[in-house]
Parts: sequence; C-alpha cells; structure tokens
Amino acid sequence: MTAASKTLDLVRIRSDFPILGRRMRGGNQLAYLDSGATSQKPLQVLDAEREFLITSNGAVHRGAHQLMEESTDAYEQGRADIAAFVGADSDELVFTKNATEAINLVSYVLGDDRFDRVVGPGDVIVTTEVEHHANLIPWQELARRTGATLRWYAATDDGRIDLDSLELDEHVKVVAFTHHSNVTGAVAPVAELVSRSKAVGALTVLDACQSVPHQPVDLHGLDVDFAMFSGHKMLGPTGIGVLYGRRELLNAMPPFLTGGSMIETVTMEATTYAPAPQRFEAGTPMTSQVVGLAAAARYLRAIGMDAVQEHEAELVGATLDGLSGIGGVRIIGPTSAADHRGSPVSFVVDGIHAHDVGQVLDDEGVAVRVGHHCAWPLHRRFGIAATARASFAVYNTLDEVDRLVAGVARAIDFFGRD
Amino acid sequence: MYQEVILDHYKRPHHRGLREPYAAQVHHVNPTCGDEVTLRVALSADGETVSDISYDGQGCSISQAATSVLTDQVIGQSVGAALKTVAAFTEMISSRGDVAGDEDVIGDGIAFAGVAKYPARVKCALLGWMAFKDALVQASESDGALASSDESVEERP
Repeated sequence: MTAASKTLDLVRIRSDFPILGRRMRGGNQLAYLDSGATSQKPLQVLDAEREFLITSNGAVHRGAHQLMEESTDAYEQGRADIAAFVGADSDELVFTKNATEAINLVSYVLGDDRFDRVVGPGDVIVTTEVEHHANLIPWQELARRTGATLRWYAATDDGRIDLDSLELDEHVKVVAFTHHSNVTGAVAPVAELVSRSKAVGALTVLDACQSVPHQPVDLHGLDVDFAMFSGHKMLGPTGIGVLYGRRELLNAMPPFLTGGSMIETVTMEATTYAPAPQRFEAGTPMTSQVVGLAAAARYLRAIGMDAVQEHEAELVGATLDGLSGIGGVRIIGPTSAADHRGSPVSFVVDGIHAHDVGQVLDDEGVAVRVGHHCAWPLHRRFGIAATARASFAVYNTLDEVDRLVAGVARAIDFFGRD
Repeated sequence: MYQEVILDHYKRPHHRGLREPYAAQVHHVNPTCGDEVTLRVALSADGETVSDISYDGQGCSISQAATSVLTDQVIGQSVGAALKTVAAFTEMISSRGDVAGDEDVIGDGIAFAGVAKYPARVKCALLGWMAFKDALVQASESDGALASSDESVEERP
C-alpha cells in the first residue's frame, strides 16, 4: 500500500477482511466503496459467531440447561458490550431485525393509545427532507393511522437540514432525523434539534445508522429519546438492528410485536408483559448475530472510534479534492471534509447518468452505490434522479480513492467522446 | 457492455419527444434508480399497426438507447409482430447471456446481449420496452381491436 493512512495500520486491518483481496470480473482487485450500504465483516466477527455456535448455542431466555445459560449470558453480555459502545445502559437497548424495524417499532407504539405519548388528530410529526425512506415512510404511516399531520424540515442547497425552514410548536409530538445523511454525509445539529424539540415537549428519534460505524457516538450525551442503528453497516452481521430508548420511555411503552419471550403472565383471556427490553423482543432472538455484533463493537473500540473518524475524514477529504478537480462533477452535499461531514460522498457527472458512471467503475473493480439510495425526496429536491455514492469504512485506503477518481475521469472520457 | 451502437442510440436517440395523436400514454418508473419514461403509442385507423411511438424520460445510457432501438424496430409493425419483437428482446435480455438474439427480429437490440450478463441492468434495458407493451395493450383495449392477437399479452407484469 503506497498511500498509507496517517492514523491506522491499514495492512493489519485489511488482513482481517479477506474479501478486500478479491479480484473482480474485470481482473482488478476490489475497491469496496459501498460501506454505507453494507460493510464488510472482519474475521473476528465471523469467528465470534462460529465459536458461539459450535460451543454454546442454545435458546436464549428459555429453560434451564447449561447451553441455554451460556447462550443467555452471551446474548446479554453482547447487549452490554454494544450498549457501552454507544454510551447507553444495557437495559435501554432492544434488538430488532434491522434499524428499519426499530423505527417501525417506535412509530407503531406512538400510535398505540396505551402509551401516554400517543399521537392523535391535530398532532404533528416532524421529519426532514434528507431522510432515508426508513425514517420517512413509517412517519407517513403513523400520520395516516392517527390523523396526525406530517411536516418536515427542508434541505439546504448543500444537503443539510435547514433549521430555518420549520418552526416547532406544542402540537409537535415527535421529531425524527438522521445523524449523518446517507446521501450528502451532512451531520445533523443534534444538540440544536434536541433543544428545540424539548422546548415544545416533543420526543426525538435519531437515525444513527450512518454515524455509529464512523465516529464516537454517546447516546446519553446526545440526549435523544430514541436512536437506532444497524449491525451490518458497522462490520457486524445482517439480521440485527438496535433500538435505543430512554429507560423511562421503554418502560412506559406497550409492546409492538407480541408472542413468546416478551410476557410476564399469560391466561386465555389476557397477558401481562415483561419489563423492557424483553417486552420488545418477541420470539426467539437473533443470538449469534448479537454475539457477532458485539464482536464488531469490540473490534471498532479496539481501533478507537476517534481514529476511525480521523481516518475516514482523510479519505473523504481526498475524495472531495479529487472529484472537485474533474470538470463536470458536482458533489451533492457539503464540499469540505472539515465541515460537519461524514463518510458518504454523493456526486453527479454532467451528461452521464449515475448508472453509467457506476458501470465503468464496476468494470474496474470499484464498487460504489448508484441510484437514489432510498432517499428519493432528497434527490427530487436537487432535481436529479440518481447519484453515484462512494462511502467509506475503517478499512479503505487512499489508493482506493485514487482509483475512484481515475475511474470517474475515465467514464467522462468514455461517454463524452463523440 | 457499451457497444458503439448503444452509445450512438444514447447520444442521438431516434423518435424521441412526445407527439400527438396517440391512443395510449403510460409512465413507467424503475424504482431502484428513479429512471422514468413517459411513452405514447399511436395505432393506425384500423387499429392493426403501430403507427408511432413517442417518448420522453430520463435514465442511463442503457435505458435510453434501448428505448430508441425499440422505436426503430416496432414503428410500422403490426400489433402482433410488435409483441413478438418485444417478446424476443425480453427473452434475450433476461437470458443471462444464454440467448444471443435474432438481428432480423430485434435489429440493433442484439447490441444489448452483453447487458444480459449484468442482472442489475436488465431492468434498465427493459424500461422502455415494458412501457411500450403496457401502452400497446391499453391502446388495443381502448381501440377494441384485439386482446388476443398474441399470447404474449398475458405475460405482462
């Protein structure tokens, strides 16, 4: 690796991710620049899952044999490790299928009249124009079910949440926003949004899918009411997402999904429910996935999230510099790495569709995301159908950034000639 | 994948623009990328011939070029022959590269054989073609002319 990172031992880190050595169909080594969609998994995560499955696998929170005890311990220790990683207490974390399910859980409970924070007609639900569909559609549906009104903060020209575009009032019951935009990379002014929400008595919901893998996140420090993130974007397994809820809120909330494991007593007529977080974990939970996700959290913690953030900022800076130097390329989002910005770098190339840019890159082994990245309204806001997006993780290198920039230049050359 | 003929159709698309009169208009979207096409079909007075296809939209080179090729092949064909052309192109593009395609039937469409090897791009190539098939069925139904002139009508998604 000629262009080594200033901050990390990338040779050692990359050796933990065998897939990064793969030769792709064009004969070139993979340059994986799509970690915003899903990250690659280190051997430590795969080994942790395998070790659990070949020694301790059993049904969590059921029965009394030794394997069940070991499984339950592994599951609950995983919860504690992951909670520590994001600055929460372990009884404040609920495991879900993915972050999308976590948002749905909150949005469904907010429509349940057993909850004293229930949303109803005349109330207002607030989200933003920069959201992933997962943090928009559940709120559209909550508004539809309850008769509440959905409003949103508009996006600024550089893809941030425009704080001047909406005034909150006492009708607002919930404010849902993303920590890092999965398209523009813009980092939300969390403290300001939390302060404004608290001033009107609204709950805050933070989509932290794109922040938790890339920077230190302290959920208690951020003072949000709910937050969610996914395992597979932070070097962990698929099939596992995490909901954080403030303890008093989780304890006051009725269940979302019901069934086994989430009960206290059951008769043919009625059921009482277990305390949180078990109340929200109906059915057999994802056990090896929790073990794997906890290993991912420990892996990132061992590197240090400050170092991860610094390394990715270097990659983002190089990407912004490289792409800005190519005529006809426009960055959709903040154009300075120093300017409250996370990992994803989305861009359009004049006269060349994002799919075509992505195809030229793919032929060279450079994997980027193309399309609207599940943020169609944001793309509409910018008058574009699709962008190409490079997104980074701890294992990426400046060499890979150079290959991206060279590939974009090649695409322009290819489609531009007449 | 990017044959010269595809780039030619992309840079200089044939029959582009929306024209009057038309028997049916459809708007199709590829939800994975947001590409869209608005497409109109005009039939002859007796309802048996595709007299015009006009379209507007935005999308990648593959979707735009494939729609241009569609109009070259199908304008002037009988409704039954047009559906057979669509079926032949669809078969080739969905074959993962196993079907080379018949130039006599799909013309410049054979240039898209390479696209068939990229499953993520098959929907791009089919965007305009599926819009045409949908519009043709609607035009024919409103015309009262056919419905059963070709069995492939039943394959519509």
